[in-house]
Amino acid sequence: MINSSLKQLANMLQAKTISSVELTQSFLSRINQYNPDINAYIALDETKTLAQAKAADLRIATGNATPLTGIPLAQKDIFCAEGWQTTCGSKMLANFIAPYDAHIITQFDHAGAVNLGKTNMDEFAMGSSNETSYFGGVKNPWSFEHVPGGSSGGSAAAVAARLCAAATGTDTGGSIRQPASLCGLTGLKPSYGVVSRYGMIAFASSLDQAGPMAKSAEDCALMMNVMAGFDARDSTSLQRDKEDYTRELNKTPTAQPLLGLKIGLPKEFFAEGLDTDVAQVIAGAIDEYKKLGAQIVDISLPNTGLSIPVYYVLAPAEASSNLSRYDGVRYGHRAAEYNDLNDMYSKSRAEGFGAEVKRRILIGTYVLSAGYYDAYYLKAQQIRRLIAQDFIEAFKQCDVIMGPAAPSTAFKAGEKVDDPVAMYLQDIYTISTNLAGLPGMSLPAGFAQAKGGPALPVGLQIIGNYFDEARMLNVAHQYQQVTDWHQKMPDLKNA
Amino acid sequence: MALSIEDIKKIAHLARIEVSDTEVTATLSKLTGILSLIEQMQAVDTTGIVPMSHAQELSQRLRDDVVTKSNQREAFQKNAPTLGNGSMKPAVDSGLYLVPKVIE
Repeated sequence: MINSSLKQLANMLQAKTISSVELTQSFLSRINQYNPDINAYIALDETKTLAQAKAADLRIATGNATPLTGIPLAQKDIFCAEGWQTTCGSKMLANFIAPYDAHIITQFDHAGAVNLGKTNMDEFAMGSSNETSYFGGVKNPWSFEHVPGGSSGGSAAAVAARLCAAATGTDTGGSIRQPASLCGLTGLKPSYGVVSRYGMIAFASSLDQAGPMAKSAEDCALMMNVMAGFDARDSTSLQRDKEDYTRELNKTPTAQPLLGLKIGLPKEFFAEGLDTDVAQVIAGAIDEYKKLGAQIVDISLPNTGLSIPVYYVLAPAEASSNLSRYDGVRYGHRAAEYNDLNDMYSKSRAEGFGAEVKRRILIGTYVLSAGYYDAYYLKAQQIRRLIAQDFIEAFKQCDVIMGPAAPSTAFKAGEKVDDPVAMYLQDIYTISTNLAGLPGMSLPAGFAQAKGGPALPVGLQIIGNYFDEARMLNVAHQYQQVTDWHQKMPDLKNA
Repeated sequence: MALSIEDIKKIAHLARIEVSDTEVTATLSKLTGILSLIEQMQAVDTTGIVPMSHAQELSQRLRDDVVTKSNQREAFQKNAPTLGNGSMKPAVDSGLYLVPKVIE
């Protein structure tokens, strides 16, 4: 049951072979058993969770269920959920109880989904290993010595360890796709503006986007049907017609369901820096796509290498502005001892933020400061356009782009924590998509084993054109009809 | 451009983040590493390229000029921090937030 798809769970709930309360309790008991080791959840509240499950059972009994009614989900702790501790992985918000719901929390509530708890994450979503969380690191369910990736590391570990049916994440530079890759999940970062950012704690507002992290493309599509849609409370939410993200999935099966699909392989995604064992798994997945009827096109995204420098100007600049709200006055951490107002601000922020968040605020402050704005911020925005234009050119030659989601499998905890630049390079294949605002996803494509180490998941990335999520989900879904990597489960007793 | 200890102190002040004398050297070395990564941008000729500030070309939507939210001051003030300097009381009084005196 814990490995069932969302559709299978919905069918069981509909048929009353199980109640939402029973299903929820079975996940809660797994959480009680494994979360003390894995640390995927920051906040749990069984009373609230079970009350939602009871309400869902009532709704199913009265025949008003939606496809997600009664399904237990995990929510990244970046989303405000009324009455829930909402920390964003930071000491700054360790005692913050959200006074309102984020848009997607409201959407899941309306769908009748059950919230199992808030998942661990890198502090303010700044990190690629979950090690910057004030609430401690998260273990990769495939190997407890390894990181789950980040920043949505708790959500990734929760789905991989089957401590929830599916979860939400957010992705500013790869924070859904890289942990999905490292934990063997299917995760989707939608086109910018498709999912409302209302109530999602801001990191870099022009790049932040929420999306699903689940076991399969089909599960992601069902989650997207709830998460996506216009919301007037987010000024960058796009006014588009409601979509059914499952619409491409259920066509009559044929031998070559992807006949005619043009897959672009950017040479920059397969150059130096990519582990050879990861490259092999990706090549195997591409071969599978050829069998499904797809045609391979060699393409180039020449400015890929610049995406990291550009990102580490723009994201910290936006973060330094967004995080100025944490001043110790109205909510969040206030220093115990201080002299005057400036001293209170400076000490509260020094104590409330962790090292990586402080570094990014300082970098952002620097690049925006008088005399440097043109050389850094404006320059980065100009190169951002070059990066976006690379994709526009590429999509003239292909329908989707494929490559690795991360340059390696999961690395060991502690390995990169003192070297920010090495950590930043984890996102080399994902960041450009955020800069362009395009949708990207990662899906499990196999395992790679370093010498003497455990076999760890490898993620295949699919990048689509703007608003092409439904097609991307089908491209992933067809692969998942002929492979079973997405159904593999870690052995938690020997992780 | 190389950063100095003085630069770090100035940036930290602008960001209102206290950086102690023991932290400042380590901060300098980490930020220097990140800035050298960023410096790669300078090799690119960007003459005439229009800066891209956003992923979607949007014009700002305007909402109707009507009240849409109710006053939730009491609910919001439940998240007020503790006062500090020896007091564990919430830093609010009569619906106002308490901060150190700024005007003599």
